[in-house]
Amino acid sequence: MAATAPRIDCDIHPAVGGTRTTLLPYLDDHWKEQVVSRAIDGLDLTSYPPNMPLSGRPDWRPVAGKPGSDLGMLQRGAFDQLGASHAICNVLYGASAVYDPYMASAFCKAINDWIAAEWLSQDTRLRASILVPMQAPDLAIEEIERRAGDNRFVSILVLAQGEMLLGRRQFWPVYQVAEKYKLPLAIHAGSSYRQAPSSIGWPSYRYEYYFVEAHAFQAQLLSLVYEGVFGKFPGLKVVLMESGVSWLPAFMWRANKTWRGVRVEVPWVEREPASIIRDHVRVTMQPFDAPGDATGVADIIDQIGSDRMFLFASDYPHWQFDGDDPVPPHLPQGIVSRMCADNPLETFPRLKLN
Amino acid sequence: MSDVIDRPILEKESTAATRLRIIDCDVHPSLRSRADLNEFLPKRWQEHLKTYGDHLRTPYIGTTPYPRSSPLIARRDAWPPTGGVPGSDLAFMQKQHLDPYDVEFGILQVLDLFIFSQQNLECGAAIQRAINEWQLAHWTHRDPRLKASILVSQDDTAAALEEIERCAKTGEYIQINISPRANEPLGRRRYWPIYERAQELGLPLGIHVGGYGGHAPTGGGWPSYYCEEHQSNAHTMAANLASLVIEGIPERFPKLKIVYIEGGFGWIPSAMWRMDQHFERFRSEVPHLKRKPSEYVREHFWFTTQPVDEPDEARHLRQLIEWVGIDRLLFSSDYPHWDYDDARFAFKTPLTEVERRKVFNTNARAVYKL
Repeated sequence: MAATAPRIDCDIHPAVGGTRTTLLPYLDDHWKEQVVSRAIDGLDLTSYPPNMPLSGRPDWRPVAGKPGSDLGMLQRGAFDQLGASHAICNVLYGASAVYDPYMASAFCKAINDWIAAEWLSQDTRLRASILVPMQAPDLAIEEIERRAGDNRFVSILVLAQGEMLLGRRQFWPVYQVAEKYKLPLAIHAGSSYRQAPSSIGWPSYRYEYYFVEAHAFQAQLLSLVYEGVFGKFPGLKVVLMESGVSWLPAFMWRANKTWRGVRVEVPWVEREPASIIRDHVRVTMQPFDAPGDATGVADIIDQIGSDRMFLFASDYPHWQFDGDDPVPPHLPQGIVSRMCADNPLETFPRLKLN
Repeated sequence: MSDVIDRPILEKESTAATRLRIIDCDVHPSLRSRADLNEFLPKRWQEHLKTYGDHLRTPYIGTTPYPRSSPLIARRDAWPPTGGVPGSDLAFMQKQHLDPYDVEFGILQVLDLFIFSQQNLECGAAIQRAINEWQLAHWTHRDPRLKASILVSQDDTAAALEEIERCAKTGEYIQINISPRANEPLGRRRYWPIYERAQELGLPLGIHVGGYGGHAPTGGGWPSYYCEEHQSNAHTMAANLASLVIEGIPERFPKLKIVYIEGGFGWIPSAMWRMDQHFERFRSEVPHLKRKPSEYVREHFWFTTQPVDEPDEARHLRQLIEWVGIDRLLFSSDYPHWDYDDARFAFKTPLTEVERRKVFNTNARAVYKL
């Protein structure tokens, strides 16, 4: 179906083939030599093995290569089939997990340049997040500054599980720059495997791993709220991508109750966590892990208590739903109309419709 | 509909026949001091602890990694007038909690001596045995309303099984407690012998929040503040729910009952939805699962209520209770800790008489065969 009204898909995933193939032309001489002579490659994130069903819907898998690696196929899927008018590219790749900060920085830079040249310049409907090396906040800032002049980059992309919680003050200079350039912080599912995916240790199955990622998002929100990031940077917005949605109400209730009990520990947090979250946090709507009935969905939306938090997204090419409509079933109409354009435009101020 | 807020249990109802007595599934007794344990602890381990102390996966010798909100995480009014620490004086516990709230049974949950987190497993096993004996001698034999659990560390599975046998023979314990934060997630194969034995003995498996397994409290790393660590308890419990269900524990041990203690219950519906939502996609990875994850949760798991969530709107709490299912909930107060739930006020939404009976009494009675 062709798009008529604006419908902004806030989370799609072009795939990097490899450092010695896709990224090679975008690396400087030092890193070109390094990746070839040391065979530095194979940096697909452990979080998304390409052949795993979740990593690619069957009809979105190219004959050769990873899901999301073919521009033409992505255009047909995200725009023609799913009906987006615009889409934001979020590259999930091992650059976010590299231990060497210089290498991480070189790969992030190459990915951003590759996205600009081979995706954004090929299709004016596409936008992208700036991939940054959070392993080294100073280098992350350098990369943001380097790309800030290009309005096709509309957000900053980090993983839900990095080296440390995102509220920590080491990261504050990054948020200062993010606020300055009106770039929301997009936190996407995925881990750099610096610590077990949950407090109980390393799970056996990827299914468990994917399940507990929702708690990593919750921990990030608590960290950002309690460290006082939103007080320090009132213009900063955070977007949770591929986080799931239905955990929000109970999470916010518990945060409010805990804050009421022990707020003396964080006197700079002057409002209930839930109200801070409603003002500053947005969430993409795939996957939508809500009850299957319309009443249950309406209740969850009512409990979340804000129609401004929801962002339309397909999570293409990840297999989150079947059929041609990424809008989850049973969503109240008022939510659907806001989440497709109004909310994305408000959340990503650099995104202009043409 | 009757509203618990309007019906203070403190004012005893007129006839014993209609009176609702409470089963409190989370009451914390404490040692007055470590010396209390000496009568049950071999000299060798007394000396060891004196010399080497607790060997834990935490930074400080004398306190928890995140300084808590109050001394010993206790209510300010729970310090016994006779001296000692909160929860250490049975007479005061009776006067402050068991008698006025008409507690029919109180299930003891001991957290002293970082009981589940001792790195020296032999030392840990000696402490667990001593604590298990102390629960009987100092508590359940002195007040028959109180019920003891067999505390064991699952990381030394052989020692745990031995202690379970020893205690089970007495017939005095009503559940087997293990740690939610051990070396590995609870569903992992190495712990299965404990579940097998619990099932054979017909003893529920109790899992109380807390402990230090060495892993960061969150999947994103170490937080700065206690308020973050405190909320991560719910995540720990949810992660274990997924581990137990996805590893197929209810499928492999279909008669095993599992009780989650002090995890609250707000997170449970979304945990079930999330597992179900992704079940089809991951099904080929876990062919041992025959049914949707939520079906296992609704049949094999029970959840104590504290801390009860407090949405701004009472109807939201009502929806939550309906999603979890009233049959899964067991009232708990967490006496004498700071985030104690008062049976009169904990549910800020009306419950029917039938629902009150289930949550405050009959569900626990059935699970624990009291």
